[in-house]
Amino acid sequence: MIGLRRPDSGSVTLFGDPAHESRHSGRIGFVPQDVATTNGEMPITVREAVRMGRYPHKLASRFTRADRDAVDTALQRVEIGDLADRRIGRLSGGQRQRAFMARALASKADLLALDEPTVGVDAESREAFYDLLHDLNREGITIVLIEHDIGVVTTHASEIACLNRELFFHGDPETFVETDALADAYGGSQSLVHHHH
Amino acid sequence: MTTLLSPGPATPSVFGQVGSVDGIVRFLLDDVWGAGLDLLAGLSGIDMLASPFMQRAYLAALCIAVIGPLVGSFLVHREVAMIGDTLAHSAFAGVAAGLFVNATLSVTVAPLLTALLVAAVAALLVQTLVDYAGAYRDTSLAIVLTGSFAVGSVLVTATDGGIAVGINAYLFGSLATVSRTNAAILLVMGVVVTAAVTLAYRPLVYVTFDEVGARAAGLPVTRYNQLLAVLTAGVVVGAMQIMGVILVAAMLVIPVAAATSVRGFKRSIGAAACAGLLATTTGVTLSYLYDIAAGGTIVLVAIGIYAAIKAGVRGRRYVSRRRRTPDRAVSAATAATSDGGDDK
Repeated sequence: MIGLRRPDSGSVTLFGDPAHESRHSGRIGFVPQDVATTNGEMPITVREAVRMGRYPHKLASRFTRADRDAVDTALQRVEIGDLADRRIGRLSGGQRQRAFMARALASKADLLALDEPTVGVDAESREAFYDLLHDLNREGITIVLIEHDIGVVTTHASEIACLNRELFFHGDPETFVETDALADAYGGSQSLVHHHH
Repeated sequence: MTTLLSPGPATPSVFGQVGSVDGIVRFLLDDVWGAGLDLLAGLSGIDMLASPFMQRAYLAALCIAVIGPLVGSFLVHREVAMIGDTLAHSAFAGVAAGLFVNATLSVTVAPLLTALLVAAVAALLVQTLVDYAGAYRDTSLAIVLTGSFAVGSVLVTATDGGIAVGINAYLFGSLATVSRTNAAILLVMGVVVTAAVTLAYRPLVYVTFDEVGARAAGLPVTRYNQLLAVLTAGVVVGAMQIMGVILVAAMLVIPVAAATSVRGFKRSIGAAACAGLLATTTGVTLSYLYDIAAGGTIVLVAIGIYAAIKAGVRGRRYVSRRRRTPDRAVSAATAATSDGGDDK
């Protein structure tokens, strides 16, 4: 959906262009699956990882004050400023999750795509994480959440798309719970939630 | 003043066509490095440093120590360290091809240049295989590794056996193979690799840390992977003269592994280069003093450094843990014995 794969048939458009050749990749902040559960040995710090958010804009030229400010603001926004110089592999799942969010925010994305962001994150951090998503959404950022937890989906999302190879449902959560879309889509193996701005 | 061996008629100048590069290389070899080590030899009284042979060996040691970890850091943390070994073996096929051409045709080519060409082509092939093979990428690496070594061994025996003598030096590495031309090639390689990694540092780090994220951010991930593979080929061919085909991958991996406990990726690359430099200079010196294989000595010193650092980190962690919770540990122990918990 964000252009990682070319569709076999049909079309996926992103900001008006076919997604796989979109020129707007700088507008998407992507948080991959499993970031909370995999801790690599790569000796990279949180700040180095968040700085990557600026890299698509600044591939080789010097970082300006604006770039450094964007990184600092993003770190503060997800409340991990004090962890900036820690190694990312040494953080807890929830903290690592926030570091990836900060990277997305540092890129000044207006669309955040999150692939099962709270797998491996404890319940308390999970609630705080969804609060953060709500705040960001209110600030004008569209959030696309891929999530298997139907409870999460129906409480937090403003729009639901239920997908399992094909689209079974697309609409608001209230209608979604009343339909059989979930059962139709093979027990709801995958639901895609759309926080629409 | 000693100069680094005057270029006699037997050593063809690779850079003859490019006059300015030739001039710069000559200046760096003789007037900077050679003169610098002569001065150092005069000051310290260590005669070894004044010998042109050892001056070239130390230059090679310096270049290998810098470019090995510089490229190896990205390979190790992408978990494709085997690419180095694979490309070393395809470089061997390249050396064999060069020696074969020299023996059978009337043209003269430097085996190091054919090695570079073959390894670069193999690098692109390997990267394509890794991209398509997915989870079974070590299988495709093993096929290219053994396949290219097979090509090399066939070429070596296809002539009357004349080139088999020369091949030994490439297999196991030797200080003697670092001729003036080869030192110049390694120096140029060092500058090119360092410049390329400096320019492409950000996208390379992004791709190494999070390939899917880099793709989503619109970076041409495949292009950077190919760049990394070709740079690896360059490093392997450059370091091969001293290290030998079989051991060259060690310099891409061991110093990097030794530096993983450093906080920050840039700093870890610097630390790995320091570890590498200690290993190569110590190894070259020991190899000269005791007349033992340079490559093997360097690898053993590098492993020693790696083990010492790992033990040091473990030890420090253990001590700090003990210091943080001495009272609790003691009271827990007495509690356990007093109620007979752990003793029985």
